[in-house]
Amino acid sequence: MGYFSVENLSISFGGIKAVDNISFSVEKNEIFSIIGPNGSGKTTIFNLISGIYKPDDGAVIMEGENLVGKTPDRIAKKGIARTFQNIELFANATVMDNLMLGRHIHMNTGIFTGAFMFGKRSPAAREEVEHREKVEKIIDFLELQSVRDQFVGSLAYGKRKLVEVGRALALEPKVMLLDEPSAGMNTEEKDDLTIWIKDIREDYQMTILLIEHDMNMIMGISDRVFAMQQGKKITLGPPQEVQKHPEVIKAYLGEEGIS
Amino acid sequence: MDMKRSYYEDIELFKSGVILFWTIVFLLVLFTFPLYMSDYALYLLNLIMVYVIVSVGLNILVGSTGQISLGHAGFFAIGAYATVLLMTNLQIPFFIAIIAAAFIAAFFGFILGLPALRLEGPYLTIATLAFGLAIMHVIGHTEFFGGRQGLMAPPLDLGIPQLGWSFVLSSETSKYYLVLIITILMVLFAINILKTKAGRAFVAIRDSDIAAEVIGINLTMYKTLSFAVSAFYAGIGGGLFAFVLGFFDPFTFNLILSIIFIVMIVVGGLGSVMGSITGAALITYLMYDLFKNVNEAPYVGPLFVAFSERWMTITGMDNFNYIALGLVMIGIMLFEPLGMFGAWIRIKKYWKTWPF
Repeated sequence: MGYFSVENLSISFGGIKAVDNISFSVEKNEIFSIIGPNGSGKTTIFNLISGIYKPDDGAVIMEGENLVGKTPDRIAKKGIARTFQNIELFANATVMDNLMLGRHIHMNTGIFTGAFMFGKRSPAAREEVEHREKVEKIIDFLELQSVRDQFVGSLAYGKRKLVEVGRALALEPKVMLLDEPSAGMNTEEKDDLTIWIKDIREDYQMTILLIEHDMNMIMGISDRVFAMQQGKKITLGPPQEVQKHPEVIKAYLGEEGIS
Repeated sequence: MDMKRSYYEDIELFKSGVILFWTIVFLLVLFTFPLYMSDYALYLLNLIMVYVIVSVGLNILVGSTGQISLGHAGFFAIGAYATVLLMTNLQIPFFIAIIAAAFIAAFFGFILGLPALRLEGPYLTIATLAFGLAIMHVIGHTEFFGGRQGLMAPPLDLGIPQLGWSFVLSSETSKYYLVLIITILMVLFAINILKTKAGRAFVAIRDSDIAAEVIGINLTMYKTLSFAVSAFYAGIGGGLFAFVLGFFDPFTFNLILSIIFIVMIVVGGLGSVMGSITGAALITYLMYDLFKNVNEAPYVGPLFVAFSERWMTITGMDNFNYIALGLVMIGIMLFEPLGMFGAWIRIKKYWKTWPF
């Protein structure tokens, strides 16, 4: 049993087994990628881990504690942050506010303390400034300075993906789930993102679960790759091995695939 | 763009000297109003400010959190009745009574917030609507609350009569200052709330409740909190309203009033404190003053009256009042869907980039 593990996870939607008896275990500080064709249940696994769906069976265990049955906000407080495939940002708030929302679980200002934020020395203002400093570091790190005060809804797709990564980072999680972070980015942005993901792992000592379709990126940064199809595991191993696995090639390219 | 030197400047109440200057000018004007205004004008301003408090609170719920309420007249009524009853029956001093009344309203807000966890959109609207109507009828059919006859507000005593220290406000001017100071405080609180943790959580729930949940926002807590805060504002507004009117009956707090509250914030601009203020001021003025004297308008006045009497009812003028109000609302929504605050943002942008 590793640092973070998923055991016999299963869920079905009206007779279709979206995730079928999946188990894997992730070491601390590892980049663990999940690949598979569309509809193979990758995002469903993330939804199960972050508590959006309740599994029919199985367990999600982090640091020896089972997270199944907890609400998403409790799971976030345990130290799991995620991004979404189709971007779930707060479109009518600025980039800054979106990232500040990532600090939500670390802030203590209640509604009354907040209402009395008069002057620089009020407790609410002091806490606010303290967390703004932390968020500013993330803005620097992801090079978002130019869009800092813009509304998220008006940003380009690639930038929005990045803001989402930044928001997850602001939670200071132990485990980060990235759902296709490079989708919709151009090559240059993808290269930057690859470097940043590596940096996040090194600088923040984070464990990263990654769903990705870009094979170059997977090969470049993953420690291990988990391949799945139709809710079932195909194989698990180092990226080069998984890439050559005949079942994986079949799943991606069809029966007559060339390797 | 101004150079920023510290993170605090981002959250400062007055972001620049210009804003501070105009705020002071505006406050000076407000504080000198009674010197040259008639009692009727002050009464109207008191009403406007009461509605400002309610719509600022309602905007936190509807504009910021995205939960619609058509029951705010109910909270408004709870505020008014609880303040007056606490003062007359239990001899509680005014300030404690109005705050207690606001907390009672907030408690009801919390209760009404519970179904909001399961209901969305039109279904939630119906639930809140039912709440507003129920409050009106429960009050109207209970002898303790004065029944259909309504209640008379006691003298507005700011002191503690039990200690022999009393400070009765009887003139319209003194009431004006009391309402003004409370309104300023409530507006400042709202601005601060929206800038800190809770306010941001409200906006998060409005924009994407799934994302709000996975970043650790407790939906149950913040949805009910939003209802409670909003009801608290309505409660404070109601407590003041009782003394501004002096006399009120349950049917003052009807469904139309709830709808008017919504109209105020939509016309002013959803999700903005300044929008709530301008919206409340404009709609109150339109409702209570502008079209009341339409028959005295030169040339067109008699025409309107004749039209109204011929095609509507004999008492015509009230009808015309509502039609004109409706036309103004349609006009604003048509030309400025984001409300008056949206127009303000556009003008500001235009001048920032002028002459390009």
